[in-house]
Amino acid sequence: MKLLLALLVGGLFAAGIYLIVRRSIVKLIMGLILLSHGANLLIFASGGLVRAQAPLVEPGALTPETPHADPVPQALILTAIVIGFGVVAFMMVLVSRAYRAVGTDDTDEFTGTDH
Amino acid sequence: MNALPILPVLIPLGTACLGMLGHRSLRAQQTVSIAGAVALALAAVALVARTATGEILTMDAGGWSAPFGITFVADAFGAIMVLLAAVTGLAVVVYSVASVDLPRKRFLYYPLTHVLLAGVCGAFLTGDIFNLYVCFEILLLSSFVLLSLGSERGQLEGAIKYVTLNLISSAIFLSAAGLLYGTLGTLNMAHLSVRAAEAVAEGNGNAVTIVAMLFMVSFGIKAAVFPLFFWLPASYHTPPFAVSALFAGLLTKVGVYAIVRVFTLIFVHDTGYTHTILLWVAALTMVSGVLGAAAQTEFRRVLSFHIISQIGYMILGVALLTPLAVAGTVFYIVHHIVVKANLFLVAGVAHRIRGTSDLGRAGRVGVYASAPLVAILFMIPAMSLAGVPPLSGFWAKLILIRAALDERAYVYVAVALLVGIMTLFSMTKIWAEAFWKSPEEKEGDPPTKADRTPMGMLAPIAALAGITVAIGLAAQPVFEFSVLAAGQLLNPEVYVGAALGEAFVTPLQGGVEP
Repeated sequence: MKLLLALLVGGLFAAGIYLIVRRSIVKLIMGLILLSHGANLLIFASGGLVRAQAPLVEPGALTPETPHADPVPQALILTAIVIGFGVVAFMMVLVSRAYRAVGTDDTDEFTGTDH
Repeated sequence: MNALPILPVLIPLGTACLGMLGHRSLRAQQTVSIAGAVALALAAVALVARTATGEILTMDAGGWSAPFGITFVADAFGAIMVLLAAVTGLAVVVYSVASVDLPRKRFLYYPLTHVLLAGVCGAFLTGDIFNLYVCFEILLLSSFVLLSLGSERGQLEGAIKYVTLNLISSAIFLSAAGLLYGTLGTLNMAHLSVRAAEAVAEGNGNAVTIVAMLFMVSFGIKAAVFPLFFWLPASYHTPPFAVSALFAGLLTKVGVYAIVRVFTLIFVHDTGYTHTILLWVAALTMVSGVLGAAAQTEFRRVLSFHIISQIGYMILGVALLTPLAVAGTVFYIVHHIVVKANLFLVAGVAHRIRGTSDLGRAGRVGVYASAPLVAILFMIPAMSLAGVPPLSGFWAKLILIRAALDERAYVYVAVALLVGIMTLFSMTKIWAEAFWKSPEEKEGDPPTKADRTPMGMLAPIAALAGITVAIGLAAQPVFEFSVLAAGQLLNPEVYVGAALGEAFVTPLQGGVEP
């Protein structure tokens, strides 16, 4: 399972970077989305993969029953997904506005202010 | 509970909310915005006054004690950074009233500025590495909108490059934070410092160093160091001048702050590897920035490349990692934020007077001929940037070069001096082309009263120039404060003791004897 997740994370990063270095701004967004998914899965994997219970504390007890899953990585991922969602929504609007302003989705043409 | 360490985050957030509520009335927005910026500055002054005694203030958010909850920690370095952010924010907000166009202002320009300030202050004060990521995202998202607000073609082109490279940096940061949690099992920065020391003692140092390099790349993109700086000169010259000034003053410095924080608090065990790389990066950043500036002919692009070369000086101090060198970095940041924001503000006034920012073209009128005061107000930050005594930049460079001499790092001394001279060359180029030169024939009408620069634009420039001169003439208190901050940075157990309690301080922890 760990190997599978590692391969998946690596694949997502590779695909994301490949798409980012393409010249199309639409593929650029896709690449950034894949990159953030890769990062999220990486947190999940590095938090430790165990078959365990939910980390809930029974009434009267002070600690959850062991073995229990670590809730922190999942909280981090949840936060990162929400932030990533907002960023991607903004990026979509930005790209569509830029497409209308420049008239092409070829990033090589985005040089209007480079002297 | 002591709420002071979180006030610099709450005040701008509250101001932004009030501004959004009053979005129909521009006058209300401006009043709220200026009042909020003043309140932030007052809170920052209080914070600096408290930390100047050597005290480290902490606050556990929601009453969850460290290392489980999110802790806000204000040490001397964090406090002085908040003060600088507040001063820059106030200057930019006042400048914006007279300079930013109406459509932008109506589109929540002021609330966005305050959200950005909240993110910046949060980054300076948080004691939790994941919270640092969240603060980065807050300031990034508002900077994305501020950068593209107005939707001019140049802005959108610049924004795409800026957004893409910053999102890549965020993805790397997120991965690094996840791996760090996987390796050390905590996110509290003080606790990370303890755990990293333990991991190294157990022979697990390589894993920590790998994560350290991920952080270096991520923060390096944000700080615009060599070879990761390309987003900066591609975007900083496109938005309104007030926005450029805010970005130039604060955003890259958040990256520098993060580098200083993690490479003095957490990753100090393999300095022969990590800090040697930082040394190389510092020298190459200085040189490539100043050479890039020499090739530019647009006012703000020249200044943008100078941000990069100046970042090199700050990184040099962390890389040397001696008390004097780190004090030099703190002093340099203090000097640099004030000066750089001011130069971009002056660039706005010069653009307004000349009608162009192109240094190769003769403008409508020479700035010196029509507005000598503006020309003098440019001279002060420009000469300070180049390091001409007795202005603030001279002392900042002097401390760093002295620290490098003590370490017998003569190559870096030579680079720093050479880059200083080339900065002077760049500044005189701007002076000669934009300020001194008058067009041969005056076209059109002579400037009328309406063309005069409004006081609202001149006042913040004069105030920042005043601060530059004051730091130059009274360098001793600022230097003493920098030494205090450096002492806390180089002795992580002080920070750990304040954030977690003395029980967590272990003899394993590194730390350089002062």
